[in-house]
Amino acid sequence: MVTYIIRRLIGALLMLAIVSMVTFSIFFVVPRMAGATSEDFANRYLGKAATAEMAAVAAEKLGFNDPVPVQYGRWIKGVFAGAEYDTGASIEQCPAPCFGYSFVKRQPVWPELVDRIPVTLSLAVGASVIWLIGGVAVGVLSALKRGSFFDRAAMSVALAGVSLPIFFTGIVSLVVFSYGMGITAPGGAYTPFEENPAEWAYNLLLPWITLAFLYAASYARLTRAGMLETMGEDYIRTARAKGLPESTVISRHGLRAALTPIVTIFGLDLGLLLGGAVLTESTFSLKGIGDYAVQAIMTNDLPKIMGVTMVAALFVVVASLIVDLLYAVVDPRVRLG
Amino acid sequence: MSTPTSFLELRDLRIHFPTDDGLVKSVDGLSYKLERGKTLGIVGESGSGKSVTSLGILGLHKGTRAKISGEIWLDGEELVSASAEHVRRLRGKKMAMIFQDPLSAMHPFYTVGQQIIEAYRIHHKVSKKVARKHAIDMLGRVGIPQPERRVDSYPHEFSGGMRQRAMIAMALSCDPELLIADEPTTALDVTVQAQILDLMRDLQRDFNAALIIITHDLGVVAELSDDILVMYGGKCIEYGTAEDIFERPEHPYTWGLLGSMPRLDREPTERLLPIKGNPPSLINVPSGCAFHPRCAFEGRTGGKADTEVPALLESSGGHLVRCHMPPELRRDIWENEIKPSLESS
Amino acid sequence: MSEPLLSVQGLEKHFPVTKGLFKRQVGAVRAVDGVSFDVFKGETIGLVGESGCGKTTTGRLITRLIEPTGGKVVFEGNDITHMSQSRIRPLRRDMQLIFQDPYSSLNPRHTVGAIVGAPFRIQGVKTEQGIKKEVQDILALVGLNPEHYNRYPHEFSGGQRQRIGIARTLALKPKLIIADEPVSALDVSIQAQVVNLLEDLQNELDLTYVVIAHDLSVVRHISDRVAVMYLGKIVELADRKSLYDAPMHPYTNALLSAVPIPDVKHRGDRERIRLQGDVPSPLNPPPACRFHTRCWKAQVVCKTEEPPLVELAPGHQVACHFPENADKISAPAAAKVARNVQDAQHPKGTIA
Repeated sequence: MVTYIIRRLIGALLMLAIVSMVTFSIFFVVPRMAGATSEDFANRYLGKAATAEMAAVAAEKLGFNDPVPVQYGRWIKGVFAGAEYDTGASIEQCPAPCFGYSFVKRQPVWPELVDRIPVTLSLAVGASVIWLIGGVAVGVLSALKRGSFFDRAAMSVALAGVSLPIFFTGIVSLVVFSYGMGITAPGGAYTPFEENPAEWAYNLLLPWITLAFLYAASYARLTRAGMLETMGEDYIRTARAKGLPESTVISRHGLRAALTPIVTIFGLDLGLLLGGAVLTESTFSLKGIGDYAVQAIMTNDLPKIMGVTMVAALFVVVASLIVDLLYAVVDPRVRLG
Repeated sequence: MSTPTSFLELRDLRIHFPTDDGLVKSVDGLSYKLERGKTLGIVGESGSGKSVTSLGILGLHKGTRAKISGEIWLDGEELVSASAEHVRRLRGKKMAMIFQDPLSAMHPFYTVGQQIIEAYRIHHKVSKKVARKHAIDMLGRVGIPQPERRVDSYPHEFSGGMRQRAMIAMALSCDPELLIADEPTTALDVTVQAQILDLMRDLQRDFNAALIIITHDLGVVAELSDDILVMYGGKCIEYGTAEDIFERPEHPYTWGLLGSMPRLDREPTERLLPIKGNPPSLINVPSGCAFHPRCAFEGRTGGKADTEVPALLESSGGHLVRCHMPPELRRDIWENEIKPSLESS
Repeated sequence: MSEPLLSVQGLEKHFPVTKGLFKRQVGAVRAVDGVSFDVFKGETIGLVGESGCGKTTTGRLITRLIEPTGGKVVFEGNDITHMSQSRIRPLRRDMQLIFQDPYSSLNPRHTVGAIVGAPFRIQGVKTEQGIKKEVQDILALVGLNPEHYNRYPHEFSGGQRQRIGIARTLALKPKLIIADEPVSALDVSIQAQVVNLLEDLQNELDLTYVVIAHDLSVVRHISDRVAVMYLGKIVELADRKSLYDAPMHPYTNALLSAVPIPDVKHRGDRERIRLQGDVPSPLNPPPACRFHTRCWKAQVVCKTEEPPLVELAPGHQVACHFPENADKISAPAAAKVARNVQDAQHPKGTIA
């Protein structure tokens, strides 16, 4: 078990290293292949007003003329120890963890991200609780009442949920529930949980439900398929032969086994969402990480884009690590490895 | 109908499954009796209905699409008409079952101990600690070494033989009066099979339970059974004591099974004597006698083979046979044609 | 004696076992550990043993489905152990496998005609009409209706599917057939049909069989000679009569005694040997004689000295320090066994 954990940990660290290299390459190596020069990179940092000489100085000072591995090393060092950016015109401080420094906004990326994490976290965690409970419940009922009206209706709704994009369901529900009936918040507002939990929930309710609808649909389908398979297993027959009540057979023996693959997907989905629920945040005007990424791309702010990419990747890698460990807890056969 | 005096009695049990292709008559008019302390062997090939019957006795077809009719009397209680909840309470306590493949029949996520404790605590209001003590006792009783340590192992950490022992411990944990073993040794190696058969024989003596062994292996049946029931196409085609079936069988299908099986206790024969053709489809059971398309003696039935279903009639003291041929002719064929061909080399 | 068709010499297959963080190799599953036997043209040799004894691995090594760790496989005088895949291909045709599971070894999307006809197409010498004729001949030969040429595997029963598998095998006109549990997935009445079919084909086509099975009764019925395997080694190899009538290795005795016999008259008065426990894991098997942990005759020497597989009676090889049925052992062999034991117990000639 300890070996298993250590091996997974090392795997996760390796994965992070690879992700950071790939990200770095996408932003600093691939453009060069397309003909970008060190001065072009420096220009992005300086803004449009910079002259050619200023760009050349900045390129040298910022180290764009160094070999790529050195640049990469400097960038990684910044994450752990902080960095200083000297453009020739000014020296900017970027304390650790330095995931980049936005010259457009003249501030480090990390503090801005930290401000936005609670929004995305609230959105993702709240929605995931709803979709997990809702999706699994519907899936189990569908499997047990296979072929019934409920099953067919639920699976049709699930198909709709999987196929309808969030900007459609989001806007429709805003129009109906917020502007039409006025029972939910109109979007754009976020109250921190520690300030006023009721308002926090009221503001997020509609985004939660809209986002959960999308995921609940696929979870319902997955749970249904998993339950149908599990309930046909020999050990379910054994559980019934022992005289267990059907409810115990379903929950302790059936669902327990059917949930294992769901746990895996759930972890990864949650990890991905934490990296920014871009469409949901845009639709409901929430200032989360996804919205930050959109802004970064619109303003072509390279350090911001890289920073948000790395943080998103970090969430996914950590989530998959937790999933692996959880898997070993759930399924004793995994621990052998 | 009167309450029977036997511990277990099936009367004209029918279990049919409606499917898209038609009605599958898995069990079609099965009757037998079994007393406490006795062992009944049920022999048949795949699709003969032998496993479906036992699941039916346990009430595991209740609430499914299966159509069940007839009567199952267990210790004076009729189970076909009883409520699903009532039969559930009997399951595991009054009647228990051992399955073929203990690896797939045990839940992979729970320890062996947890699974035995669960079985015990449904029927006994005791603390977890008491149930755990009981589980350890049971594991020791079925011959698992170091039971106080093995109780916390998972099924995949056991060998095949140990798993089947654990399965038996689980089935016996509530001291059942009827134990049904469905192919209990088919998945095991031959030396382990011998151990498990010995164990079952010993335990049955200790527990004085009624035991039903379902198998395709005539050797296993011969080792354990007092009485033997041969099934074909959802029906009993021959029933008698172990001596009746092995020493003076009267049904051509039973002859075919004996001729198909090479035997270690005799000089090897030049050729096996198989049954021609394939087991019947349960949707389109052949008309008349279900066995007639494969029967080597079809011509001696007086032309009734494919038109009339033969009745299960007593041939001699408790020996029942479902065949159109008259008993004298069957005995004559066995003594003069079949028996010599099985023994000659 | 004539040249054997197949000669297996000291065949070994060790699967590495890794452990810990860096997947260090900590041992090996000795699935097959020094197996030697010859197969002569026209005979049937049976390989029996319990799960984990290496019988299936041996079959796969012979056909080079997996690569051996050591030893040699010689087929018709050619050492095929390290032959390249391109050079082995023509030999593959002469050496075919029949599998246990008739359900999974046939492609469900191909008709019987396509499955059985594939070998002819690969040989590339036949017209479509010619292929059809050949396939129908083979279908008739294995007892299937030639009219079923265009049907799919799922339309057949288990026994018929095994016949299709056999027909496909025969299409290549092999000299040697290795049948791995050919009947164990079939119903009793169908088992007998397939066993008879294999025997008929052997007589008609002059085939040589290696039959791998766990069912001792079936193996006795079909084999001329039988090898008993235990934990990767052959412990006894003899002609069928000697092996079943006067087995010398205690393990063979125990195996035979464990088979349930359908004889109700003498039920209970049969002498039984009951082995304790399960077969040990082939990962780090017991030292010296691998059977000593379960053997009732085991002595100190069995734990320290591995008994070699030696011929104790004509054609009867046994690997045991204390063989049973000693009256059948030839005098020189008996003396040799005794000397082996003595040497092992008192090394360097310290006998008084």
